[in-house]
Amino acid sequence: MDMRRPPRTVSDPKVRQVGFVTPSVAPPTRSLSDAPTTVAAAAAALSASSPPSGEISLPGSSLSPVMIPPPRHASSDGRPSAPVAVPNPASSLRRDSLRIRVGSYNASEVVLGTPPSASPSSRTDYTASEFSEEAMSPWHGRSGTAKVASSFPGSSSEMIVMKTGVVGGGGAGSTPKSPLTTASVVKTLPGISEKEREVLMGTQNDGAGASKTLKEKTTKAERRALQEAQRAAKAAAKEAGAGVKPSAASGSAVAANTKQGKVVKPPPQKKDGPQIAPPSGTSEKKVVDRPPEKDRKKDVPAPRMQFDDKHRVEKAKRRAVVNQFEAKNRVELFRHLPQYIHGTQLPDLEGKFFQLDPMHPSVYKVGLQYLSGKISGGNARCIAMLLAFREAIRDYSTPPEKALVRDLTAKISSFVSFLIECRPLSISMGNAIKFLKNRIAKLPDAMSESEAKSSLQSDIDRFISEKIVIADKVIIRHAVTKIRDGDVLLTYGLSSVVEMILVYAHEVGKQFRVVIVDSRPKLEGQVLLHRLVAKGLNCTYTHINAISYIMHEVTRVFLGAASVLSNGTVYSRVGTACVAMVANAFRVPVLICCEAYKFHERVQLDSICSNELGDPDAISKVSGRKDLNHLDNWADNENLQLLNLSYDATPSDYVSMIITDYGMLPPSSVPVIVREYRRENLWI
Amino acid sequence: MARMDFEVVVLAGGTSRKLNPLVSQEIPKALLPVANRPVLSYVLELLEASNLKDLIVVAEGEDAALRIGGWISGAYVDRLHVEVAAVPEGVGTAGALRAVASYLTANDVLIISGDLVTDVPPGAVAATHRRHSAVVTALLCPAPVSGPSDTGTSGGKEKAKKPVCCNIVGLDPTRQYLLHMATGAEVEKDIRVQKSILRAVGQIEIRADLMDAHMYAFKRSVLQDILDQKDKFHSIKQDILPYLIRTQLNSEVSDNGVVKSESGMDNISSQNDLRWLSQHREIAPSAFQEPHAFSLKSLPDARRTHKCCVYISSESKYCARLNSIQAYSDINRDVVGEASHLSGYSFSAQNNIIHPSAELGSKTTVGPQCMLAEGSKLGDKCSVKRSVIGRHCRIGSNVKIVNSIVMNHVTIEDGCSIQGSVVCSNVQLQERVVLKDCQVGAGYVVTTGSDHKSESLARK
Repeated sequence: MDMRRPPRTVSDPKVRQVGFVTPSVAPPTRSLSDAPTTVAAAAAALSASSPPSGEISLPGSSLSPVMIPPPRHASSDGRPSAPVAVPNPASSLRRDSLRIRVGSYNASEVVLGTPPSASPSSRTDYTASEFSEEAMSPWHGRSGTAKVASSFPGSSSEMIVMKTGVVGGGGAGSTPKSPLTTASVVKTLPGISEKEREVLMGTQNDGAGASKTLKEKTTKAERRALQEAQRAAKAAAKEAGAGVKPSAASGSAVAANTKQGKVVKPPPQKKDGPQIAPPSGTSEKKVVDRPPEKDRKKDVPAPRMQFDDKHRVEKAKRRAVVNQFEAKNRVELFRHLPQYIHGTQLPDLEGKFFQLDPMHPSVYKVGLQYLSGKISGGNARCIAMLLAFREAIRDYSTPPEKALVRDLTAKISSFVSFLIECRPLSISMGNAIKFLKNRIAKLPDAMSESEAKSSLQSDIDRFISEKIVIADKVIIRHAVTKIRDGDVLLTYGLSSVVEMILVYAHEVGKQFRVVIVDSRPKLEGQVLLHRLVAKGLNCTYTHINAISYIMHEVTRVFLGAASVLSNGTVYSRVGTACVAMVANAFRVPVLICCEAYKFHERVQLDSICSNELGDPDAISKVSGRKDLNHLDNWADNENLQLLNLSYDATPSDYVSMIITDYGMLPPSSVPVIVREYRRENLWI
Repeated sequence: MARMDFEVVVLAGGTSRKLNPLVSQEIPKALLPVANRPVLSYVLELLEASNLKDLIVVAEGEDAALRIGGWISGAYVDRLHVEVAAVPEGVGTAGALRAVASYLTANDVLIISGDLVTDVPPGAVAATHRRHSAVVTALLCPAPVSGPSDTGTSGGKEKAKKPVCCNIVGLDPTRQYLLHMATGAEVEKDIRVQKSILRAVGQIEIRADLMDAHMYAFKRSVLQDILDQKDKFHSIKQDILPYLIRTQLNSEVSDNGVVKSESGMDNISSQNDLRWLSQHREIAPSAFQEPHAFSLKSLPDARRTHKCCVYISSESKYCARLNSIQAYSDINRDVVGEASHLSGYSFSAQNNIIHPSAELGSKTTVGPQCMLAEGSKLGDKCSVKRSVIGRHCRIGSNVKIVNSIVMNHVTIEDGCSIQGSVVCSNVQLQERVVLKDCQVGAGYVVTTGSDHKSESLARK
């Protein structure tokens, strides 16, 4: 979720400037977290811009159109009566400070969930049991005025103190309004930060004695004036604050506000009086505005973890199950991808075998197998993961007081994050996880636990059979029609589907020859070669360096894929793009064999932003050639970085056809598959 | 469910003949003090640290079982859930397992010898076992260097420092699979490697510098089958392990097909599952992605195979078995010396442990890598070097103790000199006794002025 924040901070200021968002939205956190500084800043901003009369000063600091008018009027109304609590000397100054303090005060109040209008009254009532202890002390502090008032012209922090005093006093006298139902809201009080509380506590001592008398003096008019002033100042402070630093925290603050806003909404509406209407309006707007925005954010997929962001990497590490030691010299362009010192993770994870509590053994085993490279290949990894989840679901029992749907989803998520630590997910796995979670979420509430579990297990079985096993069979049938006698088929690396196609074509009696192109460091092609030769196929084996020579004789290229993206880009084992490009140059048709469950709606233009880094040692060492030791200890050389990419993206231009379980289609039709078949088949 | 689907069996043994006269009816091998703690505690604490708290301890002999059980219930109450089983003496490790096999339910069983002193996490062995879906995984550790450390000023001159060759191990080039294991008497004979295995792997690495640490992870079903079928099998190391290694290419073990190992616990796995799973294997290239050398092995399941894997601990880990008197003094020395983190004590600045209640006479020195337990008293002008002295010992003046182990309640009178020896509990050494490389059994009285070299003294 932390990944989502940056965009939010970026977008928030914009929204704010349009004037759509209530001023109370962003600054609260700021004024809460460090009230003095904000206020001071605001004070500075205001006093700089404001002419003596408060109302004129306000428009100067470009406020949101919606917000400003009511405060202006009100404040002008109330002003004459305000001085009661405050010494005369610097009315303009006082006004500013008033506003400012009020601003931050209001902000905190919003966080508290009390509507501005309601708060004074409840404040009055500070002895009322509705307020919790913590809540009380600040208010006590605020109600202290006398001394503070005298020290008024001093520093801004002093002003703050004074203001609070005034506010407190204002509420005290004669408010007929009942305390409302704020109690419940107050209890949710997390808003007041320690810091502020301290500040307020400090003030408490000063004014405790005098508070009563002052309270008595304030009239309703005063209070109203104060309120308006508060509102205006809050807006101003907020404005200033927004300029100073749009902090990441504002996002969370927004969320908090929205919540609180909802809670508070009813009371303000019930109230009467002109000055109350605007706030209720604002809070309403909060409620209305925010959720859609939230939803919007939900729709945007969370950006992948960027591993060049040190802060986040640190954070992620703390959560991580596997201790990860990052490799030192990483290639500049690929710093955002995770890369760890190879060989450190497995022993560490193995040592902790018995110490990870919530992990299901089979999930753990799959994780180990990912990490050690024992299971690789999109289908194999996906099946292994699903089977592990299946076992985990079978052994699952809902803990008391929890709902299966929620708890199991959380469990699966924790499994998934463990697996990600072992090795980044493939797209196929991502789709499978999405499917499973969707199934869990769609479980009817009435279903018993055992039924739910067995239904999920059969769902997983179905997914494996329909999306992988049967899909492969269909692909084979389709692909075989494209193989003619006398063909020379080229394949690259080791793709399970392509292997099955070749074997099947051989079994049905087609006469053809296979060219297996391979590449270091994995040399997966050798495995395929071994198996095909054992089955009696006629094979040629070569490395990718020779691709342009061997391509002359080739009539078809069959390639597997890790994923097919919606712009037709094929995401596959590194080297695939090269093969496809050469084939394209030689006018040899390139057929990609890929199950539809591996399709993804993402669009990717290069293989940089999303990829996986392998073990750099794998390319520096040549097995069987001990004399090639020039790259030993390469990690000690700061100027040397090795790049062992795992995947690359083949542009759709080089792809003649994609063979899926829904038939053979051109790469331009991938979005259709993604759109038409995803919803029906995966998610229902 | 057992943690991570593993159950733990600790084979505590009984009174080993090899360790005479140190062990007796009163002190079975498992309770032999190493740095003043029973050796079994090292295993139990290792397991506890790994969060394995449900254990089965098997002891040979009712007496031993009672004593071990009594000690465990005292020392580990509220910490571990231990069940102690007694088997008749002389049934061997296989027999001991046979006795408890019916209680085992988890998918895999971790079997640890009670005389192991190590800091290799058992989880690592278990994880390797799981990862490979192996039938058995053995922990191999670098063979310990035996003999007194060469810093020793005296003693053991003739015993050159040499690694004991206790096993001959054949590994595949990736050092993951166990292809050959010769133990005991076989070590001296010619090595016979099976041709079929050699052909399948292409290359075998034969090593003599690895020791079988007697920590195994077994697949429970396979273990039970073997124990049922082969009732002649006496020991894990001599019979079961070689049998599994020998037959790994041509598995006779009843139901340990790929399917089984993949599905884990399959009480409820229907026919349906098996179909999926087998298809999974068919699809997944991973089935064939073992080291290429092994690809022959994993060709169509005309022959059924199973895997015997190894986990080789790193050099930095300590690993030793208390299976001989030499090993006993070595381990004692190491636990207060180089592997001091195992002892669980905190060492003083002088790199030794002297209990506050111990009393030292004037001009008595206790060197580094020593341990002096509570209530022991040393007279004047004594010198203790690289030795462990137990509780409530009374040691007179002018006593020299070097490279030795003195257990509890030992009385050593003035002028004795003890080098490289083990003195058991309640022994009395009268004045001016000189012991060199001796073992003194419990309760023995060494008379005044006697001089013994490389002898084993015990009450008849």
